[in-house]
Amino acid sequence: MAEFFHRKVERTAIGFVLAIVAVSSIGGLIEIAPLFTIKETVEAAPDMRVYTPLELAGRNIYIREGCYACHSQMIRTLRDEVERYGPYSLAVESKYDHPMLWGSKRTGPDLARVGGKYSDVWHVAHLINPRDVVPESVMPKYAWLQRNRLRTDDIGLHLSAQRAVGVPYTDEMVANAGRDLRGQASPDSDDATGVRTRYGDATNVRAFDGDPQILTEMDALVAYLQVLGRLTEAAHPTRAAAAK
Amino acid sequence: MATEKLDPTTGRTTTGHEWNGIEELNTPVPRIVFFFLAVMALFAVGYWILMPAWPTGVSFTKGMLGIDQRAVVTQQVRDAAAERAAWTDRIGRTSLEATARDPELMRYVRETGRTLFLDNCSACHGTKGTGGPGFPNLAARAWLWGGTPETIVETITKGINSTNDDTRVSQMLAFGRDGVLTGEQIRSVAAFVRSLSGQALDDGEKAMLPAGRKLFADNCASCHGDTGRGKHEMGAPDLADSVWIYGGDRQSVFDTIYAGRQGHMPHWSDRLSPTDIRILALYVGTLGAAK
Repeated sequence: MAEFFHRKVERTAIGFVLAIVAVSSIGGLIEIAPLFTIKETVEAAPDMRVYTPLELAGRNIYIREGCYACHSQMIRTLRDEVERYGPYSLAVESKYDHPMLWGSKRTGPDLARVGGKYSDVWHVAHLINPRDVVPESVMPKYAWLQRNRLRTDDIGLHLSAQRAVGVPYTDEMVANAGRDLRGQASPDSDDATGVRTRYGDATNVRAFDGDPQILTEMDALVAYLQVLGRLTEAAHPTRAAAAK
Repeated sequence: MATEKLDPTTGRTTTGHEWNGIEELNTPVPRIVFFFLAVMALFAVGYWILMPAWPTGVSFTKGMLGIDQRAVVTQQVRDAAAERAAWTDRIGRTSLEATARDPELMRYVRETGRTLFLDNCSACHGTKGTGGPGFPNLAARAWLWGGTPETIVETITKGINSTNDDTRVSQMLAFGRDGVLTGEQIRSVAAFVRSLSGQALDDGEKAMLPAGRKLFADNCASCHGDTGRGKHEMGAPDLADSVWIYGGDRQSVFDTIYAGRQGHMPHWSDRLSPTDIRILALYVGTLGAAK
């Protein structure tokens, strides 16, 4: 019987492929699939907020430029990482990351908690030429971000796409995406007022690249970097308690 | 087995599989492989019992050892803090002045402070604290807000123009952009400012000095002081020394007066512990001290 089965499977190419797929997916089905039903996998964080349109645009630039190839966004549960970068990353902190940008390699430092660590001016100077502020850096220059105008016409679609995969953007957020995109980087404009109403008082609203008139890709990327690790206080038990 | 056949050339059995008249020799997997396979399987069973392993629908098996990586790392960080407590407690208790005079404590400060400085401060202020364009040189000891350990602790804790509620605030007006001074007036003030630090001026600049002195007294002295030595309480830099944050050449000084300046230092109160901040303040105090 076994003999017969072996002969038959071995001589049927498609059947053999299907058999391999079936057998190799057993591990995933047993070990990964159930994680989606386990509540403990993603911690509760009522204060977790979604990315603003500007931060989302910055995230898209982060992906476009391949930042994740050299920078991780995942502080592991190891003492040296916790002592250097801050509290270890929680699953809930990348709840609205589609796709997640945990990364797997660190040529540069981890960025999971870089938000607020350095000033906007530093980020801009560093992205234009990293060697100007960190002489020993091997990071490439990204000077064109300061020259490129940010694409604004499709931001509503980006929000809709994120909503389609489970990010709770409201209709109001999607409808005002273009205004919020401009307003967050132009604090004195009329568009700025709605950003904090929709995304919370802690949202950074300022001219990230130093020029409130022109919306550049630099504005978006710096806005994104400045919010990394700051969407929720869940990883900082003492800070979260103090906020209450 | 019915398929067992001997290969006439080698005398070994074949698998019986045949492709166009060619038969495959039966080369069994070495026994040692099966042995290790069995050992690994047993290890896996033991591991499942001892460690968190199997999902059970709404939870997962926690394992008999009850090991949780998050609890482990939290404990490790706590243990390490307890180990350091012998001297960190002393730094927390002792006044900053007394700590700065204690050679034993300062040895810890130099070692730990250096690590903290490299992780947190060196991106802007440089690995040796020498700063760069737009970021103050700490090793030059030309303090904006005062160089005593207490004032450095306060600067690190609250930041400058930061998001902290009690942040230090300082902004230099954009005298040119906002139309307070004309281009000619700015050139005069710039010439006077450059004369304060004894820089060589050309004849054109020298001719502007009287006008520049008057404009300086009217517009700049309230923050930078009558003699341009700066004021720590306003974070206004000393213009009469040779240390420049944004450059002391003619164009840089003109740009600074034209468009104003507003430095930005994040606050560290929710990133570093009070003791870490004290260590950093003392460490920053040692930068450039050997000169």
